[in-house]
Amino acid sequence: MTDATEASGGTSVTKRFLYVNRKAPYGTVYAIEVLEMILIAAMFEQDVHVAFLDDGVYQLRKGQTPAVLEMKDFSKTYRALEDYGVEKIYLEKESMEERGLTADDLVIPAAVLERKDMISLMDSMDVVLSA
Amino acid sequence: MKYAIVVNEGPFNHQASDSAYHFVKHALAKGHEVLRVFFYYDGVHNGNKHSAPQSDDRNIVKRWSQLAETNQIDLTICVAAGLRRGIVDDILAPGFRISGLGQLIEACIDANRTVVFGD
Repeated sequence: MTDATEASGGTSVTKRFLYVNRKAPYGTVYAIEVLEMILIAAMFEQDVHVAFLDDGVYQLRKGQTPAVLEMKDFSKTYRALEDYGVEKIYLEKESMEERGLTADDLVIPAAVLERKDMISLMDSMDVVLSA
Repeated sequence: MKYAIVVNEGPFNHQASDSAYHFVKHALAKGHEVLRVFFYYDGVHNGNKHSAPQSDDRNIVKRWSQLAETNQIDLTICVAAGLRRGIVDDILAPGFRISGLGQLIEACIDANRTVVFGD
């Protein structure tokens, strides 16, 4: 870690936060609770990045109808991220290809990164919170 | 080194809480500082005082309380995740407190390293 990322206390410090989403949206609680974490980090005016890989890419899939499972459709919230200043969204290319997804299938635009570039992205962060 | 610790899984059904406990204990023994242990997702169950494991097993909740008492460690349970799972003030084990996700972000900002325990 470089000096620039050493903590100096208080919330005037801006750190690079990466949220890594690896789970499908409704099978477990992780996706919606990561979303809650993202919104709070944005309120603290941190440099927020959000990545989707493995089954996490399904979180951004269009046409989710969890109402039939009596679950809340929180995919709408991803579209609101921009209003919170969260615009750095990444998807892993290999994860999308393995699941037959293309950019047209997504609820929001996102940068598509190859796995090796996803690793570099993670390396460049101060804080990585994954689920 | 100043650490922020995040525990993302409940006690007993996942090793995350055990690993976090041992990490914190040994980090402190080595002279490091632990700014906060933040419990999120099912990790909030780590603060339930009604947890009563069999006597020949480790008592995970009690162990956290003892660590907090001995070392003045801040054990914070996320209010939103806790409410969903019925973890409220009335059932908190000693040493735990309930607060918002802002406490997690703040700890991540102030720490040199954030270490997450979970899948």
